[in-house]
Amino acid sequence: MQALLDQMIQEGAFAGVPKEVVYTIAMVLTAVVVLSAFVAPLAGVTSWLERRVWARMQSRVGPNRVGPQGILQWLADGIKNIMKEDIIPTAADQKLFPLAPYVVFMGFLCAFVVIPFGESLIVADLNIGILYLLSVTSLVVVGILMAGWASNNKWSLLGGMRSAAQIVSYEIPAGLSVLTVVFLAGTLSMQGIIKAQGWRPWDWFMFHNPFTFCAFFLFFTAALAEGNRTPFDIPEAESELVAGYVTEYSGMRFLFFFFAEWGNLYVIGAVVTTLFMGGWQVPPVTDNPVLLGILQFLTFFLKAYFWVFVAMWIRATLPRVRVDQLMGLCWKYMVPLSFICLLGTIGFMFMDTNSRRIFGAITLGFAIATIINFFRRVGFQFRSAKPEAYWKPHI
Amino acid sequence: MGVVTNYIKDIQAAITSTYEGMSITFSHLMRRPMTIQYPDKIPVPIQETLPLRYRGILEVDLDICTGCLACERDCPITCITIGIDMNKETKQRYFTHFDIDVCKCMYCGLCSEACPTGAIRHSSEFEGASYNPAGLVRHFAPEPSNLYKPKKGGETEDKLIAKVDIGLKYLDEFATPDGGGAAEEKE
Repeated sequence: MQALLDQMIQEGAFAGVPKEVVYTIAMVLTAVVVLSAFVAPLAGVTSWLERRVWARMQSRVGPNRVGPQGILQWLADGIKNIMKEDIIPTAADQKLFPLAPYVVFMGFLCAFVVIPFGESLIVADLNIGILYLLSVTSLVVVGILMAGWASNNKWSLLGGMRSAAQIVSYEIPAGLSVLTVVFLAGTLSMQGIIKAQGWRPWDWFMFHNPFTFCAFFLFFTAALAEGNRTPFDIPEAESELVAGYVTEYSGMRFLFFFFAEWGNLYVIGAVVTTLFMGGWQVPPVTDNPVLLGILQFLTFFLKAYFWVFVAMWIRATLPRVRVDQLMGLCWKYMVPLSFICLLGTIGFMFMDTNSRRIFGAITLGFAIATIINFFRRVGFQFRSAKPEAYWKPHI
Repeated sequence: MGVVTNYIKDIQAAITSTYEGMSITFSHLMRRPMTIQYPDKIPVPIQETLPLRYRGILEVDLDICTGCLACERDCPITCITIGIDMNKETKQRYFTHFDIDVCKCMYCGLCSEACPTGAIRHSSEFEGASYNPAGLVRHFAPEPSNLYKPKKGGETEDKLIAKVDIGLKYLDEFATPDGGGAAEEKE
């Protein structure tokens, strides 16, 4: 990219405009292209898929009218929201109120900089990658608090305060769970963490030892809480707070909050995949760099999207927790457990490889047994309800 | 010691209840949704599933309407307006208009009970959505048409016989619940 720009400057394509200006314009253009070509459809299709998955889990159909099976529903929603009136209440803070959605949006969009979609498909392989990611996603809390404060509405402010308390608290178990992986990989770089794992499931950090297996679930739960997802969506609990910090927003600004939420879902999946599930690692099947790149991207995308599906599934399953339960879960259970996981992983690092592999194999066996038992339970639930079976994903 | 046991029990309860709950929701993915996808993607048209004597939007069969104005008089909210004129040369009376305002209609069924031939009756149609109220006024005589005059000794034309039968059947089944009322009046 930079080489191409340099060559064009050499040939005088920009008529003597300073190099910095050309770089800036090129970066903004690239960001716009990436935003419109990948992130927007991703968040949009996720919103549609989420509604379809919930609907099926609640014995409904979900949106299926716009386009084949309703897949263009997100476009219809977006167009509707752009055309809506953008209301700024007179009592609201006139500068902060319009700004807040973009701060939330930036916090989520900056995370895409370090997400490794493939061996060479990464915007910037920072050597502090995961630390950068944890810090930019914390920017979301600034935006949410800003929205809550600027709305000049008690429900909004309560929502913003709750969100701030929640995100700050859940950073601790999330950070400690990340630390177990960082200890094992010996690097903070996202690519470095992936390269320290392999394509086989027993090479993944998830099945490194029993403690990383627990750390994985702790991280996923904490990430859901940080993304304000059900069962931890108390900042926008509609039964208590109308809509929390988004109460006063309308039109496209309102949509930006949800854009960030659904995009964040994919970021959660991507981080979980990178840290615990071997990222883009694929079996060595081909030497063709393009084919390998596509294969790596698909592997990463599907692994990440599986966890997006799990987040939807959890949202359709669990009820919302209360504020005190939320804080109790974090400080009384997840923080001590993540410390135990951290110390346990440190213990395993002193163990020699062969003995460690036995524990890894036991963990993997336990996971497989759990999954098999899970599907037996699903079969039991299905049979005991005596429903009318319908296996097709579409209706 | 009890505190530690409770602590571990809490964790166990959280994990097992989430596990069970997720298995239940996953099993729902394989069940048929309860939703009936009206108006399309339904096995039989919704009109066919409606019960007998369903009071839908009124319809008029002008071919067997005698122009007695019984329905117009019986209508409590005057949603039926009928105009009848006479051709001076042939002495033939004809409808200038026969309008029913579906906006006003309260589906009481009094008009269909009063009708001697069963020309005005409730259809099974109920989808009355329209972009303006004027679209809800049903014009049954868009161009002037002659009144029906029952022939002595029964109808001879096949088309009219069928229509009269439909009207009388409707009167028997719908308008007079005790049955036979229309037939008695006719004799």
